Amino acid sequence: MITCGIDIGSTSIKAVLFDGAQIIDAKVDKSGSRPADNARGLFHRILESGGVARDDVGRIVATGYGRNYFKEADAVSSEILCHASGVAYMFPSARTVIDIGGQDSKIISIDASGRVANFAMNDRCAAGTGKFIEMVSLMLDVPLGRMGAESEPGTDACEISSMCAVFAESEIIGLTQSGTPVDSVLRGVFRSVARRTLSMTGRIGLQPDVVFTGGVALNTGIARALEQETGHRLMIPSDPRITGALGAAIIAASKAAARRPVSESIVGAR
Amino acid sequence: MDAKTIEIKSYPEMWESLGVNVERFEKMRCVMGDMYSKTFLMQDKRPAGMDYFDYTISEIHGARVAELVEAKKSKRPVVGTFCVFVPEEIIVAAGGICIGLCGGSQGPVPDAERILPRNICPMVKSAYGFKVAKVCPYFQAVDFVYGETTCDAKKKTWELLDREVPTYVMEIPQMKRERDKALWLEEVKDFKTTIEDKSGHAISADDLANAISLINGKRRALQRLNRLRSHTPAPISGKDGLLIEQIAFYDDPTRFTQKLNDLCDELEERVKSGFGVAPSSSPRIMVSGTPMALPNWKIHNIVETLGGVIVNEESCIGTRYFKDLIDEEGADMDRMLADLTDRYMKIDCSCFTPNNERIDQVIREYKESNAQGILHYCLQFCHTYNIEAVRLREACEKEGVPFLAVESDYSPEDVGQLQTRIEAFLEQIREA
Repeated sequence: MITCGIDIGSTSIKAVLFDGAQIIDAKVDKSGSRPADNARGLFHRILESGGVARDDVGRIVATGYGRNYFKEADAVSSEILCHASGVAYMFPSARTVIDIGGQDSKIISIDASGRVANFAMNDRCAAGTGKFIEMVSLMLDVPLGRMGAESEPGTDACEISSMCAVFAESEIIGLTQSGTPVDSVLRGVFRSVARRTLSMTGRIGLQPDVVFTGGVALNTGIARALEQETGHRLMIPSDPRITGALGAAIIAASKAAARRPVSESIVGAR
Repeated sequence: MDAKTIEIKSYPEMWESLGVNVERFEKMRCVMGDMYSKTFLMQDKRPAGMDYFDYTISEIHGARVAELVEAKKSKRPVVGTFCVFVPEEIIVAAGGICIGLCGGSQGPVPDAERILPRNICPMVKSAYGFKVAKVCPYFQAVDFVYGETTCDAKKKTWELLDREVPTYVMEIPQMKRERDKALWLEEVKDFKTTIEDKSGHAISADDLANAISLINGKRRALQRLNRLRSHTPAPISGKDGLLIEQIAFYDDPTRFTQKLNDLCDELEERVKSGFGVAPSSSPRIMVSGTPMALPNWKIHNIVETLGGVIVNEESCIGTRYFKDLIDEEGADMDRMLADLTDRYMKIDCSCFTPNNERIDQVIREYKESNAQGILHYCLQFCHTYNIEAVRLREACEKEGVPFLAVESDYSPEDVGQLQTRIEAFLEQIREA
């Protein structure tokens, strides 16, 4: 059976077509101001590029913030379960997932059978997530894709004590005005993001192998900081952004996936 | 789906006479009616006995307030409270009415934040905001407020609230040694004296015995409801269970007890025939932690929309209010006041140290309610419950109880994150 996983995140939408054993195709697009429409568009584009007819898709599972608004989905599942499933498929030896997305971060511990054993997730504040890193990119005028490389030359890192985007911005302004080199500021930002994320492991531990997923895993500077702080080598999927969508497609394929049906709406959600 | 709606009835003349900001309150009334309809009336397989509670909500700012106005005319005191520590039996014994005041809405929080610091408990801000913005008919109707010293935010806010409405304060000890019990008994006696002075009604032994029996009856009916919720499939939703527990704080106790017992008769039939509001496979969740004041239905709404069912609230608006009764054997005033104090000393609020009995109580309620996981709910900035959750988590890990702790306030901005975490928690329970 061909299945599809759609992960409608705060920043981007990811779609994966899965034939039960292999990924047929994967696509990523911006969430934009109309995420439900964009998700539908992405779904139709992936069918086209994957050469799959709509009727040949046996089951669709949606995940991510917009999961309840994607009407084509047969079922929905939390990002936590989806990331665990996606990682267990790609890295059977994984026991911990660090996922940093557009506005949240999670640590998930998984057992030998790939099930979620425990998890921790940030509260409402998006400090230390993709949004924060985007802000730093704009402030320092370093494109997102270059941030890792720009932080390469040295090893010293300046101290960034605040994770609140507003306070950190003032702190970074102070540092750049006093002449601190950009690479040192970047290393300081990455280290503070790593520490903030890892503070969530206190309750659940951090067992190797550790896999780093989500859009922020594309940033080699954050990955390096996480490796330095944990002392573990990180495994990173070739496209870490699609992990949740892949997990959703795998869950759709598993027979036991009698997930919750899509609810009409959640009162108070908006 | 049935498009049922409810309208919260409007009583502009009465509100005007109480000094309510009518123009603003009209808007809040409509918002609440809409929210109530979406949250409660859309539920499937609701018991018929919920009609009465729907009615009390439609008349929340009407018929019940009119009863308070009538009571005041006949010199019966109307006392506003914020805590399960304030002994309502004594108010009832003096012929008075005890109203647990609301503080569960985001609406008046910005009003409070003009004066109070932002980084304090949302319930305290909400309650204070209701008074300063004059958008709560109950707050406008009460003769005075009785506060307590359970937490710093409340204790210091009373000093400011006293400028708006006379506010008295009872000292709640924060340990449970003999000398604390002695202090508490003295506080109860002082409370009685104040209530007698204010009402002009000397409380007789018979008055107090009758009041104890009445309020015990209310607590027994709530215990009965809670026992019925322990059955699988659940005969009533967690949202409705919570709503009833919230209404218990402001409705007429005699009528409330009667109507709740009628509902329980219906639920008993449901249990006998195995009829439930949710499938037997729905994850059964117990909520533990800080109170959810009306109209705070946020967590229940998320859990039940995601397919779980809440079967117990270990909370002040929940079992902490009704788990203990007052011994009814006492005949003379001194013995009754001592028995009353004993009962109130059993409250396992996190303001006490040590508070081991609460850890045991949570595990006991988890077992008795046949729950499959505990969702610890902590209002933002409630340090005592938040810190106590560390020990609760440890106890749950030891007992193998699935445990998720969330911290939240009344704003809708964190609903997305809460949904994700709660959904993952329900998935974990389903897969176990």
